[in-house]
Amino acid sequence: MKTVLKTEKIDKYFHDPVEFQVLKDISFDVNRGEFLSMIGKSGSGKSTLLYILSTMDTEYSGQLHIDGQLVTGLPIDSLAEIRNEKIGFVFQFHYLLPEFTCLQNVMIPALKLGKYSEEEIEHKAFEKLKILGLEDQALKSANKLSGGQQQRVAIARALINDPCIIMGDEPTGNLDSKNSNIVFDIFQNLTREFGQTIIAVTHDEDFAHRSDRIIEMKDGNILAH
Amino acid sequence: MNINYKIAKTYIFSNKKLTAVGVLGVLLGMSVYIFMNSLMVGFDRTSNTTVFKNTAHIRVYKDDEISKPLIKDSIAPYLIINPKIVPKINTIINPKKILQILKNDENVVIATPQVNTNVFYNNGKSQISGTAIGIIPEEANNMFDIKSTMVEGHLDHLIHNPNGIIIGSGVAEKMNLTTGDNINLTSSKGINRTLKIIGIFKTNNYNIDKIKSYINMPLAQQILKEGNTYITDINVKVADPETAEPIAAHLTELTGYNAESWQKSNETIVAAGRMRKIIISFVSFTILLIAGFGIYNILNMTVSQKINDIAILKAMGFKGNDVVRIFVTQAVSIGVMGVIGGVAMATVVITLLKKVYIGGDIGYFPINYESTKYLQGIIIGLVITFFAGYIPAKKAANVDPVEILRR
Ligand SMILES: Nc1ncnc2c1ncn2[C@@H]1O[C@H](COP(=O)(O)OP(=O)(O)OP(=O)(O)O)[C@@H](O)[C@H]1O
Ligand SMILES: [Mg+2]
Repeated sequence: MKTVLKTEKIDKYFHDPVEFQVLKDISFDVNRGEFLSMIGKSGSGKSTLLYILSTMDTEYSGQLHIDGQLVTGLPIDSLAEIRNEKIGFVFQFHYLLPEFTCLQNVMIPALKLGKYSEEEIEHKAFEKLKILGLEDQALKSANKLSGGQQQRVAIARALINDPCIIMGDEPTGNLDSKNSNIVFDIFQNLTREFGQTIIAVTHDEDFAHRSDRIIEMKDGNILAH
Repeated sequence: MNINYKIAKTYIFSNKKLTAVGVLGVLLGMSVYIFMNSLMVGFDRTSNTTVFKNTAHIRVYKDDEISKPLIKDSIAPYLIINPKIVPKINTIINPKKILQILKNDENVVIATPQVNTNVFYNNGKSQISGTAIGIIPEEANNMFDIKSTMVEGHLDHLIHNPNGIIIGSGVAEKMNLTTGDNINLTSSKGINRTLKIIGIFKTNNYNIDKIKSYINMPLAQQILKEGNTYITDINVKVADPETAEPIAAHLTELTGYNAESWQKSNETIVAAGRMRKIIISFVSFTILLIAGFGIYNILNMTVSQKINDIAILKAMGFKGNDVVRIFVTQAVSIGVMGVIGGVAMATVVITLLKKVYIGGDIGYFPINYESTKYLQGIIIGLVITFFAGYIPAKKAANVDPVEILRR
């Protein structure tokens, strides 16, 4: 089993308004192809941890390895490149660019990566939309879709560069149970078929229990994993 | 097309109103800048042409002096108790040599002698006081472009006619004279001559046209009862009139005579020009700057509107520089559209104004397409635009995506 993400003794403090340790000695490994759910009470530090794992938050102590590489302490531009290539994001809100079509939204991270030609990227983006059952919506403006559809476009966008890790902060938080199930199935399929890794923060008990592994957090500590 | 530019383009066209306002601001600022500065160049040029029709770039002459003690190195500097300006002959001694010195100087384009004489013009009972200038016609024409002011007759005829005279249009009008008529001249030395009018000039400056006339230099020397070495002034033309002042100082040293630049003899005009320049530069630059503030505002607005886009783009791997590029591209595109519009508008305004007749010694509205001012405006406009975009863009690049995305 290959480890794609590894944390060692991660501590994090917030200083404002009062000094307060939000994460305490977080150490765990995530294997390739794992579907991991993070649960815990509101305020337990799940999102804070996820943003550290995402490389966007660099103010912590301890070490973070992604895909075998120590990323702690890298310059922010290198971190941006790592995110672009290796991590896909899905949030509670879709964060699509409203003036672009769905297809263009999906293409953006790949255009940034610049590994393929525009035609190839367009083709790939269309394939991803197809996987998510959105091929009819491809040329619609992103702000003309329903909430569930938008969330699925956001997932397609997270997949475009075939990242090894997909991170979600309550990716189904705004969806009804039907759409939640669709998203769950998509995630599971990604881990099974493409060996991609999912790390999803969730409040949905059912969602968490159906996943491969649960990390529960309480007051900045990992309770069980 | 690079994805950064694609995003910038989408932002430009998705909020057309905002873009239009920004473009319009730059357009107006730009056209006013080019227009005002071109106008200034035009004003300066007219004012200089007017000046140079009567004033040489540099005038070399003999100044009146205070009497000096006869014995040099005397302990008492002034044996004369009450020193006064003595009316020495205000002539240039050995003019041939001085002329040669001047002509040999690398800065001097033309050097021509001239004899100024105060005269009375008489015709029948009417008498006007004035100044007859003794010139070497060809050289003087190169100096003052007399030919361009001739309304009747020909300057060349003066060369072949030692007793010819070219009078100002004011003199001609007052005395009711035309080409071919005779006119009587009385010099300050009491010499009387009847001369033939072979031409009339008009500088459009009435104060000059009503007193001035041109005669041949030997004739001027004769009516002053002087020999052929008598010269009151040597007029000097240099390549660039703006450099006249330092050259004049140099010539003073070289010849030992007083060399006076046109700037010094037209201090009021030069000072007025300088003031005009300061005001126009300041106002036009301020207007461009305000256009820059317009862009700055628009970009700030866009950045706050698109804060979610910026956060997700950064999450997906766009670097700070990519974000800067997106917004600077937007600002510079607005700027370029505004600059192009402004250049077009300035050209239209100048084209229209050029055709407006003002009259007097100005004639048509003194404005032209000044390429240097166009270029200056374009460069300043684009630089301001760049910075007006760069500051908000830098702010956008520093957005912390975590802060936005965790909401
Ligand atoms: N920028 C900040 N400054 C200070 N305290 C913060 C900041 N962000 C989060 N916190 C605090 O850190 C703790 C953990 O927050 P976090 O958002 O990680 O919780 P969470 O587990 O994701 O909760 P939820 O399930 O409600 O999303 C909370 O007590 C929160 O108030
Ligand atoms: Mg949270």
